[in-house]
Amino acid sequence: MTTTESNDVEAAEVVVDPNAVSVTINGKQFTARKGDLIIKAAENAGAYIPHFCYHDRMSSVGMCRMCLVEVDTGRGPQLMPSCMFPVAPGMVVETESPASKAAQEGIIELLLANHPLDCPVCDKGGECPLQDQSFSHGPGESRYIEEKRHYEKPIAVSELVLLDRERCILCDRCTRFADEVAGDALIQFTSRGNTTQVATFPDEPFSSYFSGNTVQICPVGALTAKPYRFKARPWDLQEAESTCTTCSVGCRTAVQSSRDELLRYQGVDSDPVNWGWLCDKGRFSFEGVKSDDRLTTPLVRTANGHESTSWNSANAGAVRMITDAIAAGGASSVAVLGGARGSNEDAFAWARLAHDVIGTPNVSAQLGDGLPVGVLGMNRATIDQASSAATIILLAPDLKEELPVLYLRLRDAAVKNRSRIIEFAPKATGLTRYAWRTVFYEPGTQADAVSATLAQPEIAAQLAKGEVVIVAGRANLAESSAGTTAALLALSAALPEAKVLPALRRGNVVGAISVGMRRGKGGLDSTGILNAAAAGKIECLILVGADPIADVPDADLARRALAGARRIIAVDTFITDSSRLADVVFPAAAYAEKAGTTTNIEGRVTTLAHKVTVTGTSRPDWMVAAELAQLLGTDLGFGCVDDVTAAIAAAVDGFEEVTAEALEAAANGVLAGVASFDAIATPTVVLGDRNSYNFRLVVSRKLYDQAVGTAHSPSLAKLAAGGAVFVHPLDIARIGSAIGADVKVSTPKATIVLSLAADDSVQRGTAWVPFNQTGAKIGELIDAAAAVTDVRIESL
Amino acid sequence: MSRLTEDNVRVAHEIISRYPRPRSATIPLLHLAQQQDGYVTNDAIRHIGELVGATSAEVLGTATFYEMFKFEPVGKYLVNICRTMSCALMGGEELMHHAEHRLGIKAGSTTPDGMFTLEHAECQAACTEAPTLQVNYRYRFRVTPETFDALIDDLAAGRLDSEIPAHGTVARIRQHIPAERGVGAVPPEDATNAPSWMTVAEAPK
Repeated sequence: MTTTESNDVEAAEVVVDPNAVSVTINGKQFTARKGDLIIKAAENAGAYIPHFCYHDRMSSVGMCRMCLVEVDTGRGPQLMPSCMFPVAPGMVVETESPASKAAQEGIIELLLANHPLDCPVCDKGGECPLQDQSFSHGPGESRYIEEKRHYEKPIAVSELVLLDRERCILCDRCTRFADEVAGDALIQFTSRGNTTQVATFPDEPFSSYFSGNTVQICPVGALTAKPYRFKARPWDLQEAESTCTTCSVGCRTAVQSSRDELLRYQGVDSDPVNWGWLCDKGRFSFEGVKSDDRLTTPLVRTANGHESTSWNSANAGAVRMITDAIAAGGASSVAVLGGARGSNEDAFAWARLAHDVIGTPNVSAQLGDGLPVGVLGMNRATIDQASSAATIILLAPDLKEELPVLYLRLRDAAVKNRSRIIEFAPKATGLTRYAWRTVFYEPGTQADAVSATLAQPEIAAQLAKGEVVIVAGRANLAESSAGTTAALLALSAALPEAKVLPALRRGNVVGAISVGMRRGKGGLDSTGILNAAAAGKIECLILVGADPIADVPDADLARRALAGARRIIAVDTFITDSSRLADVVFPAAAYAEKAGTTTNIEGRVTTLAHKVTVTGTSRPDWMVAAELAQLLGTDLGFGCVDDVTAAIAAAVDGFEEVTAEALEAAANGVLAGVASFDAIATPTVVLGDRNSYNFRLVVSRKLYDQAVGTAHSPSLAKLAAGGAVFVHPLDIARIGSAIGADVKVSTPKATIVLSLAADDSVQRGTAWVPFNQTGAKIGELIDAAAAVTDVRIESL
Repeated sequence: MSRLTEDNVRVAHEIISRYPRPRSATIPLLHLAQQQDGYVTNDAIRHIGELVGATSAEVLGTATFYEMFKFEPVGKYLVNICRTMSCALMGGEELMHHAEHRLGIKAGSTTPDGMFTLEHAECQAACTEAPTLQVNYRYRFRVTPETFDALIDDLAAGRLDSEIPAHGTVARIRQHIPAERGVGAVPPEDATNAPSWMTVAEAPK
């Protein structure tokens, strides 16, 4: 509350903040915000109220009764669950009065009536809210002498999460999370009274992409994660805050290790980004970092295949290949693909090496599955802006599969009625349930779908209601980017005020493009580079954490490109299908093995923690680039990673504010400015004749696939669903085959065999195949030059 | 293990149409499933989830809260003998002992021919008539071993079929309320002038 400084009482104009609520907490006057729960206001006032079920990011349920405190609203003090009541003017709260203390001690005693005291063998012991609060707010001893309740020790509720029902205190956090936050209500309280327990339906496990969060928010040791069980005690863990780079949402994480071994990632609550949540792929991907298959030394190709060598000889070999290439075909015969998997520093050093030292314009951070880089030059939205816009337009892949935590944020916006979602998609996605309107289009025709939809008066009325954010990305890998680009341009022409949030998925793709991993003047994009390589015009192809054979939709093109490039240099953490073909392979430091910064889809730059020692002799990508530059005669001046961060701030448009000091000071990172990019040229979408016997192909990614990081994380690898061709149930009969039977899927280019499956999220006349799964490679059928892919499906 | 039959699916849709939100029909549909099979099967739970737009786990969670939904096969006749205070004083325990001997099973189990399931019950709210029991929730008062035996004989012989339907039948006559005569509760999102204690969903922008 503020008042003017005038002493004249009559003239004094009292300005009352309508959102201020004056309350008394433990005898002290405190100004809380209107709508704050008592428990939150007390915490802000410095009075901690013990609790188990209350969670800041979920609705209150008042299940555990631990937060009972004496509250006087004018009718005398009475015990009230402080997580259930908002503050009211004049409220008097006593969190430590004898009555409050007696209530809290009573609750602890009751909770411990059945909770086993197996803390010494419990994963949660040492970081357990029940353990901690039994010490801080418990009676110290129990009057119960009866035998405790017994259940079978842990039962698996999913492949990743185990439930020990004896330890459960029925706080409703996991079940509430599953229902309210994740939208996967697959765990529930069953039965009642003394026999109440959390359970799944038989044979329907808690297979949520977000199941790991329940382990993190469980206030006891009832839920434990298989990858971490019995691996460490909390007091042995060292922790550093970092950012997950599994996808490009940029969730903040706490990277935890013990004895130099990564053991766990926990979500950190970053208000503009992840709200404390992580997807399971991000959470458990640490297994891949410590995989035994990691590269430990540089490799060179000899007559006997790859052989280990020293960094000096590998460097010398790589430099010779680059100089030979420049001598043979000029600087532009060297091409660099990748950089989107590393840090900003990695990408910047490689961009400097490629553009300034080698002098090639042929650089791309995308692999034929992205959008023209000009999308980053559009009026960029933040995640917060997207999830508070009146209308969210989705012209994007299935966000639940590709950018899971962005899915959580947009789902929250829709279910809390802040936003309405208008979705354009070739097949139903995770957000279709929550969308206000879903417009299904046949691949290639999205621009027409957009124009037709915008012409509807009801849609126009909705779009006029307030802010509009367009989430743009590639929903289908079996078509070129032209259709989506045309639709995006149509949307932004019709809605010039609308902001755009790019839904590009690789961890640091926005950062890499922003700091320079993009084509220079006259340069080629990724498909252009691959075509040039396939045509034998690339003397030296450098892959910086890129695996074109697995990742480029057109598998044939990728294979021909790698066969056609005279020399290949790869910087990678593993031997992949692509790095296997390289002449020199540099072992790269992986996530948590190097410091630096990363940029998420909204342009937010956050820090990466260097938590564990690198595997073998591997080095961060930026160091490899700096050393090669040095050997090629240019000193980039990068002595340590901070030098690179500083160089980015000094040189990159939009990154002026992103300095080490600013990053140190800002808990949620620094939002980089939007640099100017060449505007996107309007593409022409040429669709061939549509043969009605054919199915138009939709190919998209699932969260779990054969990607190198997932494949080397044993807990995640087994969750990959495997390949199949999915059609609408009513189209099964047309094919003349049965569900589960193998069918031939063919284009004029190639034929593969996949098993047939029915899925009513697939539109009639289209066929959907998940990308990069086990079994036949769908990429064989995709032609990068074609606008869309039509396939024939026949029984064998 | 069976899903709802075609006829019952028709009934289910009629029940669902009475509520502003499909989920509100969960409990009536569970009764319908129990009427069909004598107990609630897992397939029926899954089917109800599909019909009301809930996960199987949600339907299971709701269903298992209630004592009177059974998830394992029970006999055609469910016999609940009261053991709370008044009945216990008036011979309820002895009655149960007799019943166990007569039927040859322990309380909580079902006769091999699938006719009778015997269970303890807590107060049936007819203390003046103790000891009481219920057969498929139909009362029998001041039960003695002799009247119990007679009851069992009558049930086994089918002499009480007109009075006591098989387990799961809530009512033998199903009401069909034409849509135009339905009360038609206002969906929460359409509610205006809601009482102050009720949270009305904020209208979408």
